[in-house]
Amino acid sequence: MLWLALHFRHLPLEVFTRGVREAQSTVITSGPETGATVIAANRPAQARGVSAGMSASAACALASELHTITRDAAKERSTLSRIAAWSLQFTSLVSLAEPDTVLLEIEGSLKLFGGLNKLHQHIARSVAELGFDTDIACAPTPLAALWFARAGMAVRVQHRDALLHAMEKLPANLICDNQIMRDLLENFGACTLGDCLRLPRDGLARRTGQRLLDQLDRALGLRPDPRLPFVAPQTYNATLPLPAPVVQADALLFAARRLLAELCGWLTATGHGVQRPKFEFIGEKQIVTIITLELASASRDLDHLTTLLPERLARTELPCAAIEIAITSGKVVPLASHNLAFLPDNASQEESSSRFIERLNARLGANIICGLTPHADYRPERAWRACRPGTVASENATSSLMPARPLWLLTTPKPLRETNAAPHDPDDHDGGPLSLLAGPERIEAGWWDGQHVARDYFIARNAMRSLLWVYQERTAARGWFMHGMFA
Amino acid sequence: MNTSPSAAQSILSALNHPALWHGNDFAQVATPSVPTGYAELDVHLPGAGWPTGVITEIHVERPGIGELQLVMPAAARLTQAERWLVMIAPPYLPYAPALAAHGVKLSRLMLIRPKTLAEQLWACEQALQSESCGNVMLWLDQSSERIAENALRRLQLSAERRDVLAMLFRASRASSCTQAALRLHVSRQPQTSRTAVRILKRRGGGIPAPVVLDLHSTLRQRPGAAARDDFDHAHRARVHGSTFAAH
Repeated sequence: MLWLALHFRHLPLEVFTRGVREAQSTVITSGPETGATVIAANRPAQARGVSAGMSASAACALASELHTITRDAAKERSTLSRIAAWSLQFTSLVSLAEPDTVLLEIEGSLKLFGGLNKLHQHIARSVAELGFDTDIACAPTPLAALWFARAGMAVRVQHRDALLHAMEKLPANLICDNQIMRDLLENFGACTLGDCLRLPRDGLARRTGQRLLDQLDRALGLRPDPRLPFVAPQTYNATLPLPAPVVQADALLFAARRLLAELCGWLTATGHGVQRPKFEFIGEKQIVTIITLELASASRDLDHLTTLLPERLARTELPCAAIEIAITSGKVVPLASHNLAFLPDNASQEESSSRFIERLNARLGANIICGLTPHADYRPERAWRACRPGTVASENATSSLMPARPLWLLTTPKPLRETNAAPHDPDDHDGGPLSLLAGPERIEAGWWDGQHVARDYFIARNAMRSLLWVYQERTAARGWFMHGMFA
Repeated sequence: MNTSPSAAQSILSALNHPALWHGNDFAQVATPSVPTGYAELDVHLPGAGWPTGVITEIHVERPGIGELQLVMPAAARLTQAERWLVMIAPPYLPYAPALAAHGVKLSRLMLIRPKTLAEQLWACEQALQSESCGNVMLWLDQSSERIAENALRRLQLSAERRDVLAMLFRASRASSCTQAALRLHVSRQPQTSRTAVRILKRRGGGIPAPVVLDLHSTLRQRPGAAARDDFDHAHRARVHGSTFAAH
């Protein structure tokens, strides 16, 4: 077994600040009351001299425009469980080590990801994409990996024999639960774990209790250490608070991309694809703007979703600045990943055409793009239908028997002026009448749905020698109209 | 002048030397192309067809003089090969039964009608960059805005090195796109009512004589209707036979 521990050392802070590229000075305080202390401070605040442990009022005195946020333990827990769900894409056994570490059992994933180095780099990159600053350590036992990560030692111990040697440098106060034991070990002169291991076991057990020895044995692998596996939730809901109200599109997209990375990780872990992800931009005074991305086919591709979202966002007007972003996955469908093909084949072409249609829909709206399909109706304006692009016509149009039809059709027929019952070219005001070349083709249809047409169609030629499709009404009006052009 | 037949022949064979450039020739540029479907036009085009990966600009005097039928055989051929035909902002509605009669596979046709010029250009760029589109047609005279030179350059860059036909339909008085590798002018000859295609610019140089095509010979007569003079239906089979659509 090989365990990898992800330790989020700034989790209380990053829960609030990972949505922006450069946060202003921010501190996390233990509470809103006046005697609150600073729990964590980010880098700009630390540059002003604020550090953890001082009182909040002292921190405000040091840095005037300091942004103080009360620690939210519930948000931290939900973020940690979302990270655990996201990390299920790398392995099937993930365990939470509250309050700030996620353990992954990666021995079974080494072959798929190409070795420990590649997997380590892949995980480090992906976690950075989520917006977290982590310490990553690998060890054969979960507790050892946890301690290495908490100590900030980025070691990669693969064999148990090397574990003892690596563990000797760990600081001893890591393994203690409370201050009394820490003071005790310090009085013994045991600063590192190596010192503790060299102490006689029965003596140590008598003074500190059996628990410490059991922890040491578990870390060395001498005792079993079963961990509770994390089970991924069935749906995905995430919120990301923004430290300051944001109205620019690229700042919103930066924050939304963090959530999208989590969503795509969860989808990969559970083998699903999302078809209608919903984004909510929550402003002050509870004003919520909802944007839904409509995808033609289920997808979990992060790059594709991050190209669609800006297009969709460009079309929407946010009524006020957003202070929180939420994503809901909506209904998910099982999506099998496909094998990489050596040569481009039809499946990849279908995919690229559907992505192209989705991108256009996101930017231009759903009605701008359509396909055409013929419809069995004698009336020319009804012999076609707009449909979704790619719809295969169900009727087999017997076009070889049909008389010639123009390539351009006017959506509303243009009335023509006429002299002596002969029509004139609409654009040529001085010329003579059109010469009728072929016809009449009589079309009378539509008495059954009330749109009755009775027309005689002719192919006419104008002075410019282009061919027009004109008709004469056979109703009482008997006017001439132009309906199309043989382009 | 005493030139024996053998001497005349050797002079002629010397004139055919590849290092000699003839005044009415154009360089045999090997561009990947799609045959136009009209043999008289293919002869004058480098690569014997519509060039892929570059912009083809087609100037028309007025819409409806045969510019769509000019491009129909190549478009039909591409849709039958499962590549998409994308029409952006056409001036009128493309009529589905007529397109089907010309051999276009309607399940591979996409009609995009954005409202603003910027959206039309963006849609054209996206279509050119998508690998599944085989033929992109853009009509550019719907608005009176001038089209910036770098917008057309972006289209050219999107089409470059891709297996896609990019066709730009403009009015004949519009300023031409300098990046177009092939520029045609389509007009009607009033005397013969045939379509004259003049090649204004092509790769390899040289401006050939206008090619006269009889595009409307495929129109059939209604049985029983009186045929008018100079409507020639004897050429019907010639143009239809050179389309590749298996309908």
